[in-house]
Amino acid sequence: MRRVAITGAGTVNAMAADVPATLVAMAAGRVAIGPLAFPDVDRLTIQIGAQIHDWTPDERFSRQELALYDRATQFAMVAAQQAVTHAGLHLSEPETLRAGVIMGTAGGGYTTIDDSYRAVYPQGKNRVHPFTIPRLMHNAPSAHIAMKHGLRGPSFTVSTACASSNHAMGLAFQMVRSGGAEVMLCGGSEATLCFGGIKAWEALRVLSPDGCRPFCATRNGLVQGEGAAVFVFEDMDRAVARGADILAEVAGFSMTSDAADIVVPDPDGALRAMRGAMDDASLSTDSIGYINAHGTGTTVNDRTEAQVIRSIFGDASPPVSSTKSMHGHLLGATGAVEALACVMALRDGVIAPTAGHHLADADCVIDCVPNEARRTQVDAALSNAFAFGGMNACLAFRRV
Amino acid sequence: MMKDDVLAETQPDATARISAQVVAILAAQSLRDAADLTPDTSLEGLGIDSLGMAEVLFGIEEAFDISVPFNANTPDVAALDLRTVGSVCAAVQRLIHEQKG
Repeated sequence: MRRVAITGAGTVNAMAADVPATLVAMAAGRVAIGPLAFPDVDRLTIQIGAQIHDWTPDERFSRQELALYDRATQFAMVAAQQAVTHAGLHLSEPETLRAGVIMGTAGGGYTTIDDSYRAVYPQGKNRVHPFTIPRLMHNAPSAHIAMKHGLRGPSFTVSTACASSNHAMGLAFQMVRSGGAEVMLCGGSEATLCFGGIKAWEALRVLSPDGCRPFCATRNGLVQGEGAAVFVFEDMDRAVARGADILAEVAGFSMTSDAADIVVPDPDGALRAMRGAMDDASLSTDSIGYINAHGTGTTVNDRTEAQVIRSIFGDASPPVSSTKSMHGHLLGATGAVEALACVMALRDGVIAPTAGHHLADADCVIDCVPNEARRTQVDAALSNAFAFGGMNACLAFRRV
Repeated sequence: MMKDDVLAETQPDATARISAQVVAILAAQSLRDAADLTPDTSLEGLGIDSLGMAEVLFGIEEAFDISVPFNANTPDVAALDLRTVGSVCAAVQRLIHEQKG
């Protein structure tokens, strides 16, 4: 089977608008969570999030593009362009037929839906923008990336709630590894920070009113974020032959289903996903030097995840951090942004911290790299995503 | 019920009416007959899990036009005892008193 290289990366998120600045922010433990700003935010009980405040779509896109791009697509387009530029990707005409894109999203064009409902319900209007449907559909980011970069092979969108982008990256990895494609763009984008988006989450009573503190005894819920991250996955031989800058190797992937509860995680499903990714990558437990946790900051997730990690690694658990403490929970894009933390650990030997950690929790006995980044060589890393629906997706990465 | 009717209602009547509504919500959520629920019946015993609790609280907020400050991650912080049918009734009485005067 072929090996798979990561040769490009791009992102826009609440911490920064590109990869280098995002990694600097992660290494500094900079928290990008703050007051939300959008119409009717004063009617929300939860008024914090990791929002991108200085977004200027008018300066980034043409008038026609703006008419077609929901905020989630805008984030995806910027991240994808950065990734393609970074990779120095130039595809010949035949190669474009074997190149595609798989993106993850949980909410799709959420702000487009919110705006159109606002127009027809409270505002009583009888018409909405003619591109409402092509803007809001979940596959819009993938489609626009494919169109922009001429990727004519397999393209689609995966929606598995908070595991969407891990599933997207995992499927892209399998496609390149199997020879089904030479090059795949993949990742996730999300833009659900609007009144309707937060109001719906509020009703589940799992959002924190004051911050995301994964694995901390004082944690009281998750905090939503927004943004995108996109990677270029490429056949390793092709990448080496063209002298590409290889950020890391995608070494393994596993996906499992709890088949148990729609919101409460089941340890067995998470455990099978993590073990499965290591087996797929032929990595032993002692070779794992870093785990980017799902680490949402909810009582149940963090307790379950810590127990699963301990049951796999025992007392020899590698460092585990949840960068959601800084960039928030980007739902369907979160795994993609978190893969950047894995790349930083493998390439730069810097493990991003779990920010906002005040007090050890007896239910979470793991080394969660509290508050300060750690410098150490990491040869292999895992990235967890355990979604509502009991859908788990774990990626394994290796240093090159 | 009109506002004047509420004002005319005696305190014991109001308390009984509110409790009956709360019991009806809990009975509907747990697929039981309201008559089978006693103040000591535990919500856990009724099979009301975290999602069920979110639905119950939504039903209560809608029925009484109040806000129940409950975070599933920190169930004890709001000093709301939501363990039994009786304690839920008492909590709702208190919230109505606090929020509606």
